[in-house]
Amino acid sequence: MAMAKNVRIIPLLHVKGPNVVKPVHTEALRIVGNPEELAGRYYEDGADEIIYLDIVASLYQRNFDFELLKSVSRDIFIPFTVGGGIRTIQDIRNALRVGADKVAINTHAVKNPDFLKEASKIFGSQCIVLFIEAKKVGAGKWEAYTDGGREKTGIDAVEWAKRGVDLGVGEILITSIDRDGTGAGYESELVSAVTSWAPIPVIAHGGAGNFQTVEGVILKDKADAVALSSSLHYKNFSTEELKRHLYSKKINVRL
Amino acid sequence: MKKSPKIAIIDYGLSNLYSISKALGLFTDSAFITDELSGLRSADAVVLPGVGAFEAGMNGLKVRGLADGIKEFAGSGKPILGICLGAQLMLSKGYEFGVFDGLDLIKGEVVKFPETVKEKIPHVGWNKICPPKKDDWNKTIFDKLDKNIDMYFVHSYIFKPSSKENTLAMSNYGGFEFCSAIYEKNIYGCQFHPEKSGKFGLEIIKNFIKII
Repeated sequence: MAMAKNVRIIPLLHVKGPNVVKPVHTEALRIVGNPEELAGRYYEDGADEIIYLDIVASLYQRNFDFELLKSVSRDIFIPFTVGGGIRTIQDIRNALRVGADKVAINTHAVKNPDFLKEASKIFGSQCIVLFIEAKKVGAGKWEAYTDGGREKTGIDAVEWAKRGVDLGVGEILITSIDRDGTGAGYESELVSAVTSWAPIPVIAHGGAGNFQTVEGVILKDKADAVALSSSLHYKNFSTEELKRHLYSKKINVRL
Repeated sequence: MKKSPKIAIIDYGLSNLYSISKALGLFTDSAFITDELSGLRSADAVVLPGVGAFEAGMNGLKVRGLADGIKEFAGSGKPILGICLGAQLMLSKGYEFGVFDGLDLIKGEVVKFPETVKEKIPHVGWNKICPPKKDDWNKTIFDKLDKNIDMYFVHSYIFKPSSKENTLAMSNYGGFEFCSAIYEKNIYGCQFHPEKSGKFGLEIIKNFIKII
């Protein structure tokens, strides 16, 4: 019998200017540290990938800071998924030229869904990650937000995920706006609402908090990968400690 | 190994160029990115990287007049390393978004993971590679690599070389065994990304430079 695949543990950096920041409910921002230093620490600690989101580029219609990404990714030899203000095919090409291996797209995809199709056709599905920021609006209902969780779209988050799959994306990164930065645990219902049907990998994000919640979102909600920010930034535990715990619970991880 | 071998990283508009060039840069200062035939011809070795779809990749090579140049280079016996899409393009045909001719450096096809795979596609993440037979990695760029180590994969399509002789490594995903690295003499192709697979992946890059 084949071994089950490795679940990926992915530190997520919200980058604003020269800093990694931590949004709480994506509103208030706290400076956490230096992106080079944090990315380096996570690489050494055995992170499987790094997600790097330029949270200013999307919100203020600024261009992505490619130079910063280049310096952050320089000494790191694991995959970088990069998002924030990706609006054109040339933006993707540029990101790949300075350290990205995949791109995460939210705002521009909502405005122009066919961009996902065009990008997948050129760079392959495996390069295009649909980034959904979801906020609970009722029982079993979530609305997709854009621009770093600030703008409503009126679009149902789960329906949007389905559309993204049809348009050819290769992965879904789903953030719970309500849980992000709270440490209160992943939003189990939201993650299940996507993993229950998604034929592509789903990365759960928002609320990690402790070992048990991570374990739960993998075993119970079937997340293919988990993204964490505050818990790792503030050293509640390290990537390696988390992986050892998961391994002790018979979850396959790369050690 | 030659002193400061010139390694051309081929830019055909689709690759994670910085990731591959900084990985090579750990072991040599003579790797360079080029999208020109003259650059390719001046090299002692070639790396064909790749993040993209098959058709877009072949078109990217053709519009720059590089497809025939790569065939000629491979024929010269100098080392060439393809990564992910770059390796897929080395086979005869690809079936992503249609049927397209590849570079035909190694006989075979690039096909989608079959429906029988009991896992999600794309295959994204770290997975083991192992030699098809015991000790098969002697005298290759995987020489002395730990058997059964994890490498980083991100793909929906797989190599299907015509001859078993061209299989350098196998991996298992969702109960399905597939060829994860190919070779023929001076030509190497990895489905996974050695430049993104931490220190073990970097060993492969280092070994490739050693054979130049």
